[in-house]
Amino acid sequence: MKSLKELEAIRNKALSEINIREKENKTRIIVGMATCGIAAGAKPVMSAFVEEINKRNLQDVSVSMTGCIGICRFEPVAEVLEADGSRTTYVKLDAEKARRIVAEHIVNKKPVIEFTIGAAEK
Amino acid sequence: MRDLSLHLMDIAQNAIAAGADCITVSLTASGYPRELTFEITDNGKGMAQDFLNQVTDPFTTTRQTRDVGLGLPLLKQSCELTGGRLEISSRQGYGTAVKAVYMLDSIDRIPVGDIAGTLVMLIMSHSDISWICRLKSPADTFELSTQEIIQVLNGVSIVEKDVLIWIQNTIQEGIKQVFGGVLDEVT
Repeated sequence: MKSLKELEAIRNKALSEINIREKENKTRIIVGMATCGIAAGAKPVMSAFVEEINKRNLQDVSVSMTGCIGICRFEPVAEVLEADGSRTTYVKLDAEKARRIVAEHIVNKKPVIEFTIGAAEK
Repeated sequence: MRDLSLHLMDIAQNAIAAGADCITVSLTASGYPRELTFEITDNGKGMAQDFLNQVTDPFTTTRQTRDVGLGLPLLKQSCELTGGRLEISSRQGYGTAVKAVYMLDSIDRIPVGDIAGTLVMLIMSHSDISWICRLKSPADTFELSTQEIIQVLNGVSIVEKDVLIWIQNTIQEGIKQVFGGVLDEVT
């Protein structure tokens, strides 16, 4: 690989950053990425979460994917799991809503009720 | 699925669910015959012959949430629409290889899509799995291995933001090098 030198530079920079972040992620965002989710547009949702978190340099949040949760008609779906055990299920997402969730729920600790499964089921 | 990267995202999950710790994704454009071959091989638990024979049936699935699994049937339809074919081989206890062959010049061939972005998402979510990406065409070849990257990083996590960005850019460049001028959708 041509740019392995760049990778080494990234390594050195990461090591020199003395705040060794414990990968003890306090908040986890899990995006449904089964066939139903992918077809419904979950990939851009996951991208939006990652980009927004990177943009805001949030340290204790991780984003990952999961398989089918069983609520296919509500895809794209994402769950926010917090350190205190609370769990919020967001449904029918798109990139814009993902960004709002990061801004309002993750940063300002106020879940976006209108995007939750509870609101959708009414 | 509107592009190949979505199928990649989908089928890779099968490999992950099979407990694979090494997954190879390859994309090859060949000249004679003019085909685009998309292949995912894994070292997961594999499938029994009976299951394998039915696996492209939408009603055959290992899922518990539903009785329907559309990932492979959709991929089969996608490549067959172009005059291509889906080949699946598997051996219980060893692993599985899913190979979708698309006729390169078919007007119904879906574009490759965002392969780099998809691979990065998979690596980020499943960094304990060893991922290999191989791209090949008559113009060039490219290979990336997360195992090699982890060696270079020597202690720094592969899911560090800057590392993931580097991986995405490197694969994206690889796509351009290998498929630029070969696949119409790659400039």
